[in-house]
Amino acid sequence: MAITGEHEVATTAELRLSEADPSDYFALLKPRVMSLVIFSAFVGLMVAPGSIHPFLAVVSVMCIAVGAGASGALNMWYDSDIDAVMKRTAKRPIPTGRVTPSDALGFGLVLSGFSVVTLGLLVNWLSAGLLAFTIFFYTVIYTMYLKRRTPQNIVIGGAAGAFPPMIGWACVTGSVSLDSFLLFLIIFLWTPPHFWALALFAQRDYHNAGVPMMPNVVGVESTKWQIFAYTLLTAVVGVLPFFTGLAGPVYAVLATGLGIGFIIHAYRVLRMSPSDERMQPAKSLFKFSLIYLFALFGSLLIDRLVTLGMSV
Amino acid sequence: MIEQVTLTEEQRKARRRRSIALAIVLAALVALFYVATVVKFGPAILDRPL
Repeated sequence: MAITGEHEVATTAELRLSEADPSDYFALLKPRVMSLVIFSAFVGLMVAPGSIHPFLAVVSVMCIAVGAGASGALNMWYDSDIDAVMKRTAKRPIPTGRVTPSDALGFGLVLSGFSVVTLGLLVNWLSAGLLAFTIFFYTVIYTMYLKRRTPQNIVIGGAAGAFPPMIGWACVTGSVSLDSFLLFLIIFLWTPPHFWALALFAQRDYHNAGVPMMPNVVGVESTKWQIFAYTLLTAVVGVLPFFTGLAGPVYAVLATGLGIGFIIHAYRVLRMSPSDERMQPAKSLFKFSLIYLFALFGSLLIDRLVTLGMSV
Repeated sequence: MIEQVTLTEEQRKARRRRSIALAIVLAALVALFYVATVVKFGPAILDRPL
């Protein structure tokens, strides 16, 4: 606070005169995470039995995407202290000072409200309820509670990322079912190998930030075995949609191939030497896990389109 | 005397860009609710007493 004569004049910084661009607010939505949310929600919507008007389908996916983005903004608001000390996140809008934490909080809350209410009014209230729960789960349960307390943070918190296909399904059917739960389960089981692969080669970063990721708490060897176990489970559950009748043989073949690829990558991590500081197998697993999930849900989509094509 | 804040050129430009983005989002929301209303009512939207 500067003092000129008898008047107290706030400095520019105190007035919080923002130089934030719209792109900074867009970055708060975690666009890369959003792309997976959009795709998995779209697939959930496409493979669900029943039909929905194409425009309402677009509205549904948009609301789910904005809701997920809102959770991203709320996460960045709460975690800005951690983000500032981690190499991967230090350039986010809050640590760099381009957006203030309170602006990010307001932005996240407004978008949460808009996305849930719009989905409820235009599509149905079950999907809106699931979206609201997802935002609550990611922000309060994962970000505020689990993340800094337990190495099981991303295991339990993974549920938040697994909900979008279930919400997409609920947008069409107005209900949840075993098949929509399977789509949830695939992403839920995929999350630990994906994030622990990252946690292996970003161990120092997580240590500096004080986040109790699995390798920092139980060690690298135990984490490698847990990655392998979850990868096996993901590969098996990934094929189940064929056995419940949700998908056909095209999907079964693709899902089996992808599952084997995922297991091979996890096995290479398991065999990784303790002296390997570059951790190339972990980096490869991290990249392949992303390809796996996109390709698996893409296979579901292809399978559905093939089935639709054959029935015409 | 009223103290006035003078924005820097960069702050002024950034505020303008944010205002434009907000206007676009609001216009898109209006269009979205308009089209969604027509879609949800279907042909019944024209079925009203004169």
